[in-house]
Amino acid sequence: METFVQLVVNGLGKGAVFALLALGFVVIFKATEVVNFAHGSLVLFGGYLVVATRETLGWAGAVVVGIVGAGLLALLVERLLLSRSKLADPFSLALLTIGVDVIITEEIVRRLGVSLPFIGDAWDAQPIQAGGVTLFRTHLVALVVATVLITLFFIAFRYSNWGIAMRAQAENKEAAALVGIRSARVTATAWLVAGLLAGVAVLFIATQDFSGAGLSRGTHSIALAAFPAAILGGLDSTAGAIVGGIVVGLVDALSTHYVSFAFSKSAVFLVMLLVLVIRPSGLFGTRETTRV
Amino acid sequence: MSDTGTDARATTTAPPEPPQAPPRPTPRRGAQWWVRKALWLALFLVLLALPLYLEAQWLKAGQYMMVGAVGAIGLTLLTGQAGQLSLAHAFFLLAGATSYTVLSGPTGDPELVGFGLDPLLALLGAVAITAVLGLAFAPVAARLRGIYLGVASLALVFLGLYLGQSAESLTGGTSTGRPPATFELFGFPFSNDGDLEIAGVPIRETERVWYLFLALVVIAFLLARGAVRGRIGRAWRAVRDNEASAAVMGVNVPTVKAGVFAVSSAYAGLAGVMTVLWFDILKPDESEFGTYGINVSIAYLAMIIIGGLGSVPGALVGALLVNGLPQVLALYSTQLGWSTGTGEGAFTPILISSFVYGAAIILVVLFEPGGLAAIGRRIGQRLTFTRRGKE
Repeated sequence: METFVQLVVNGLGKGAVFALLALGFVVIFKATEVVNFAHGSLVLFGGYLVVATRETLGWAGAVVVGIVGAGLLALLVERLLLSRSKLADPFSLALLTIGVDVIITEEIVRRLGVSLPFIGDAWDAQPIQAGGVTLFRTHLVALVVATVLITLFFIAFRYSNWGIAMRAQAENKEAAALVGIRSARVTATAWLVAGLLAGVAVLFIATQDFSGAGLSRGTHSIALAAFPAAILGGLDSTAGAIVGGIVVGLVDALSTHYVSFAFSKSAVFLVMLLVLVIRPSGLFGTRETTRV
Repeated sequence: MSDTGTDARATTTAPPEPPQAPPRPTPRRGAQWWVRKALWLALFLVLLALPLYLEAQWLKAGQYMMVGAVGAIGLTLLTGQAGQLSLAHAFFLLAGATSYTVLSGPTGDPELVGFGLDPLLALLGAVAITAVLGLAFAPVAARLRGIYLGVASLALVFLGLYLGQSAESLTGGTSTGRPPATFELFGFPFSNDGDLEIAGVPIRETERVWYLFLALVVIAFLLARGAVRGRIGRAWRAVRDNEASAAVMGVNVPTVKAGVFAVSSAYAGLAGVMTVLWFDILKPDESEFGTYGINVSIAYLAMIIIGGLGSVPGALVGALLVNGLPQVLALYSTQLGWSTGTGEGAFTPILISSFVYGAAIILVVLFEPGGLAAIGRRIGQRLTFTRRGKE
């Protein structure tokens, strides 16, 4: 029972991180209908900035640089590449992000070389004992941070001008443009937000508690699990991203313990397949209707 | 069908073909047709002659391009012609490689399963098995579209990673792997055994495997071209452009989708057999990044994007670039004495070619969505002052 409680808490902590990543996917998808395959490289980039500036700025300063840097990189990708190709359909643009992902990832992996730095200094490897259960501090902090960020996001999404503009554009791009919503600005901020969230997520992923491995190509692979999270919940549902993230986190934690570590990665994807077979647009996604 | 015109791609192929002339009269073959055929023939002859001139290491690099070519043709049929995004190509590669190794493996090994089949039968068996696996994925594929399908197919790569690691009696495990049987054709071994010379050049393992791969590429290429130009190809493109209108025109959409998955995975299976023959060892990956990992799925996707989605010759060129570049760079760097260190921050050939094909994908999407095939077609039109329909 105690193990189970521990697993569930761990799963929720992991799930919170996946939810942050999945939320980024969904925000980009809602604004542009593009699936961002470069999300993993944004994660790596944020982490790399932390590693690179930690010596001079101290950890806290480096974290700020990392988060902002990941956001700016996302913004740059959107402004320099995606916004330039208005004629391309979302499908080709998704392929374009694969190219971006390959380049950024390979370069960062090259720069990291053989070093695999851990970057969660403030919370990593400091377990907490609570009533006979050992809990990882990383997961608890992740849970709190993610809850705060996600709450803030939903408040902004519901009430701020940006959120309203964003939802209007997701609803109907032409109509939104007609009433004076600047499509370019909405899209750009969506990418910025997604990048910032990725920059936060990496602080928890590249830790001993979360993955047992430092910043490396493996971090990119872990970030890939945000894909099933976003798809599971439905690519155009923000609430779905949160649910999907938590499902993925729990499946990951439980299958690692009860089956094997090797199986946990495919378990996440198998659960996604199962959901997709039953609900082809995810749990909360809008059903695609065909007009003929 | 009133609303289909908004889809940019729909305009290229959606309108049904103009009614064809009744039972095909002997086609008029202009000078252009002969020029094109002559160029293909010349290319084929050059490829036949290359082993007489090139050193073994260059042939080895060429073989790797041919492996990529077969796989890329399969993927361009699926993703380019039928519009089904798949990131599962690496999984089918692994399935083909494993099937061949197991089917042709020696019987009686206490730890490894083997059926001791004739290598040719094992090759055909491997292709058949991967085709069936592709069919098995069809129920999922039939329900999903676009990106959802792409990510769903990613699940297979992770499944393959797990199975490759855990089914050690089939794959030999990640630490040692297992050697495949040497390919034989009716008793003729594709190894260094026996003396064979052509024009004073000894035809040994590398040369023999070159001819084997060349034959496989030619077969794969001709079959794919035939399919693309025929009724099946039209059905694929109809499904790609608009499933509803395809159904209206009498295309059985689920069957066609299942079929193209089977065909594409059969190609990937063949490429898998070639991969394992090329490496001369079957070794499942330890992480998502490896011989059968996500990076491979992405590399194959890169080939067909660069070559032009749906274009069979384009897939060949894409394979030449994506699979060839790291090989050629590696050979050049050893010849020129570049530091090819693997240590920290080294620009390895694989790294450089990743940069190149990553950039190539971006450039193609931004500036020429039709890929190299479209560029080639345009050059052809300039030279001959004609326009050809797009395939």
